[in-house]
Amino acid sequence: MRARVFVTLKPSVFDPQGTTVAEALHTLGYPSIRDVRQGKYFELEIDAASAEEARRLAAEAADRLLANPVIESYRIEVEAAARPEMVR
Amino acid sequence: MKFAIVVFPGSNCDHDAHYAAEHVLGQQAELIWHKDTSLRGADAVVLPGGFAHGDYLRTGAIARFSPIMQEVRRFADAGGPVLGICNGFQVLLEAGLLPGAMLRNASLHFHCEHVHVKVEQTDTPFTLMCPSGRLLKIPVAHGEGNYYAEAEVLVRVEKNRQVVFRYVDSSGQRTAEANPNGSLNNIAGICNEGRNVVGLMPHPERACELALGSADGLVLFESVVKAVTEGAFAASR
Repeated sequence: MRARVFVTLKPSVFDPQGTTVAEALHTLGYPSIRDVRQGKYFELEIDAASAEEARRLAAEAADRLLANPVIESYRIEVEAAARPEMVR
Repeated sequence: MKFAIVVFPGSNCDHDAHYAAEHVLGQQAELIWHKDTSLRGADAVVLPGGFAHGDYLRTGAIARFSPIMQEVRRFADAGGPVLGICNGFQVLLEAGLLPGAMLRNASLHFHCEHVHVKVEQTDTPFTLMCPSGRLLKIPVAHGEGNYYAEAEVLVRVEKNRQVVFRYVDSSGQRTAEANPNGSLNNIAGICNEGRNVVGLMPHPERACELALGSADGLVLFESVVKAVTEGAFAASR
């Protein structure tokens, strides 16, 4: 089972990297892209019997390691898609 | 007295701290690998600067799970003096031994330069030989030293007098220009509520001899020697 974990800075936290990317985009002629927030994306391959179990494990991983709760929040998507060897 | 200096894979100021403790101060110092599970009777612990585990994921995020960190936590909880320098400070934040977190420097630049910090608190084991308000000229070398804490945490940290070091200019004024990384309230270093755990971004161990451009950092190490020798801030065993 695959879980996708999106880690982003909390809205209250200043994101110097995102701001710099936004400025670069403005320089490239995209003034309509007003703001950029940079985050992290993880794909977890999980041996789990159910999507619920996969989600629980991914959340535990995010709580303990993938995200720092002081500055970051996260969102999880679980995909029950077959792994390549399981495709018939 | 004896210093334990923890070596993570990627630590690169471990030998600087060892040199300061052993050669400059004439104390015992032992390098302790992060997979060890004993601090071997040390009286003070230093988490040195560097890039533990390559700074992968976040600075200090993986190092906090190293086996030795359980011992460091136990030692800190028992009142023992712990100093986190630069990456070591980041490890203490990730481990929750100090409040807050580090963000990328506001400028996005890696800052490597001498800065001035004001010692605001002298009732920690690492500053007790400093007159309050003393300016120290010591180097910073980091890309992620932009101290952040949620508003209510920041208020508490200030109210509890946990800001030990603050970036100031050479005349001691707290200005935006004197802040190398965008840290909230020009915070360069803090302590825990018990005041025995101190973390700071600047590198006192790199400023322990005049040949290095400044010996202002030595007072942190002299202070902890005095603290331990006089029985203040000793870990209860």
